Amino acid sequence: MFPELIDTRPLRRAVDDGLNWVVRNWGGELEAAAYPLLMLLNWIERLLLSTPWWLFIAVFVALAFLATRNWKLPLVVLVGLVFLGVMQLWRDAMATTALMIAATLTAIVISIPVGVWMSRSARVRQLVTPVLDLMQTMPSFVYLIPTVMIFGPGKIPALLATIVYASPPLVRLTDLGLRNVDPAVMEASHAFGATSSQRLFGVQIPLALPTILAGINQTTMMALAMVVIASMIGAGGLGYQVLQGIGRLEVSRGLFAGLGIVVLAIVFDRIIQAYGSRLQASIGIAEARQ
Amino acid sequence: MSAADGADGRMDGPAIALRGVTKIFGPDPQAALALLRAGRSKAEVQAETGHVVGLDDVSLDIDKGQIFVVMGLSGSGKSTLIRHVNRLIDPTAGEIVVDGEEVLKMSLAQLRTFRRTRIAMVFQRFGLLPHRSVLDNVAYGLEVRGVPRARRLEVAAHWIGTVGLSGYERSRPRQLSGGQQQRVGLARALAMDTDILLMDEAFSALDPLIRSGLQDQLLELQAALNKTILFITHDFDEALKIGNRIAVLKDGAVQQVGRPEEIVLNPANAHIEEFVRDVNKARAIHVRTIMERAGEGEAEACAMTVPADARCEDVLPHFAQHQWVGVVDAEGRQVGRVSARQVIKALARYSPDVP
Ligand SMILES: Nc1ncnc2c1ncn2[C@@H]1O[C@H](COP(=O)(O)OP(=O)(O)O)[C@@H](O)[C@H]1O
Ligand SMILES: [Mg+2]
Repeated sequence: MFPELIDTRPLRRAVDDGLNWVVRNWGGELEAAAYPLLMLLNWIERLLLSTPWWLFIAVFVALAFLATRNWKLPLVVLVGLVFLGVMQLWRDAMATTALMIAATLTAIVISIPVGVWMSRSARVRQLVTPVLDLMQTMPSFVYLIPTVMIFGPGKIPALLATIVYASPPLVRLTDLGLRNVDPAVMEASHAFGATSSQRLFGVQIPLALPTILAGINQTTMMALAMVVIASMIGAGGLGYQVLQGIGRLEVSRGLFAGLGIVVLAIVFDRIIQAYGSRLQASIGIAEARQ
Repeated sequence: MSAADGADGRMDGPAIALRGVTKIFGPDPQAALALLRAGRSKAEVQAETGHVVGLDDVSLDIDKGQIFVVMGLSGSGKSTLIRHVNRLIDPTAGEIVVDGEEVLKMSLAQLRTFRRTRIAMVFQRFGLLPHRSVLDNVAYGLEVRGVPRARRLEVAAHWIGTVGLSGYERSRPRQLSGGQQQRVGLARALAMDTDILLMDEAFSALDPLIRSGLQDQLLELQAALNKTILFITHDFDEALKIGNRIAVLKDGAVQQVGRPEEIVLNPANAHIEEFVRDVNKARAIHVRTIMERAGEGEAEACAMTVPADARCEDVLPHFAQHQWVGVVDAEGRQVGRVSARQVIKALARYSPDVP
């Protein structure tokens, strides 16, 4: 046994009391601050639910076709989405998709600027990298509990937890993409007297776009991975079905809802990836690296 | 060194002047600089401190309207040197004056304006924007400068035509061959309409035939544009072909500066002699430097004449028919004459292998 060097109880109590103090004194403010996120989530969910199922399927089949220009992926998308409908999972799938999209959009708005900032300063990268590591390795329940204490169970803590969990890859890949732009191109831009924003928007971001898109893809996948946990604190959706399936030992319910999550993952992953390689080809990065 | 260098005759100082420019790469360049000043070599400084000497006390005057070539082996500091002119690299010591203005004293905003309006650059690895069309690439410098879109595309289209790429305006760089891509790079620099052009091994990545074609094109353009061109190469033949003056760089230090034939005829040290040995001297030596001047001997007009900027290789074929070949100036007056014997003597005398 490791010897007891200090009494850790005061430390723990300080943390717990601190949290309680925040909940008591700042709970309302924090809830108000998170309210726009809830609005976003609800708006997306309403939009998805008010969209007729056949239109939703048509849009995604069309997106898949535009991204790949052949019929394989659109067929997979069609079969997958019809499966969701047939298994009576449509409503839950829309709730899950809404959570995923809201989390991804928020992550994009936060992560890309942070990634840009990191790419420009070694010091910022040194500071942010351990935070990202922490966000990715800390078990999500650890920060779920305080968020639930502050916001109460429901969609807000679920959304926040999903954002925390899903943002880091996008930050990392934005940073990586921006720093990996061909130095010869960057130097030319310097030599012609470009300002740093001319360089960022005219050179770096366009050339890093495929990498950034890969980051967005990872973020959507991580967000989908969070749905079961998110449903435990009241996000509903497919994760809730899985949870109920486990709770009632109804293997079929868990299995089909689980397959529904897989369907969503495949649909989004493949479509985004296809757009990514299309983008890469159009920029000519694939060829340039040969 | 002579009147022949001041190509446009204006005597208001050099276009580019480097004064004692030293660059040391590493975390504590000042300490390494002290060692270098104390007389240590590049290798010794690197062994003792881990710092790399990029440039060692380089002073050069580059006159207006010249093609000034900096030649040296890989790692000799050529890229480092050329990047000091537009301050892509800040020196450890020394000063850089472009058109009478001290580049190191410029604020960030002034430096940006300076780069946008006074100096254009062509890169060994092209540095084209892969996501833009050829037209938009050529217009890039003007876009950065803030020229309205219609105007900059018009200028870009003009220069694309000049470098012989008409019809490729809508292509992406990756759809072009290396030679074509470098023409885009050249057009992008020329579109800036600056007095000074920096070219860092611009043709080194290209196949010999393509390279020779681009050299010819550059000389043609220069005859019309009369810019100050700082041209970097590791190829002595290329230096001889296009340079009005050549500086030879080794370990970041200038070994010799002079006109091509001065270097070929009088290599300053063994290092330069090594370059000279493999070079086609008949191409390097102008007949005017070895001719018998009119007035020295009998000034009888020769049946066959060549212009004063002809090189030995240009007159050699004429000796099959003629004993003497006249050398004429721009007005057609004969200023001297050469014989096969003089040419052979010139070529033989300066071969280090022949005593
Ligand atoms: N950013 C840098 N950091 C450290 N050393 C450098 C850097 N840039 C160039 N050097 C070194 O400076 C010397 C000159 O390099 P460079 O100017 O690129 O040579 P060249 O263009 O003649 O091949 C080389 O020894 C090179 O390794
Ligand atoms: Mg170089």
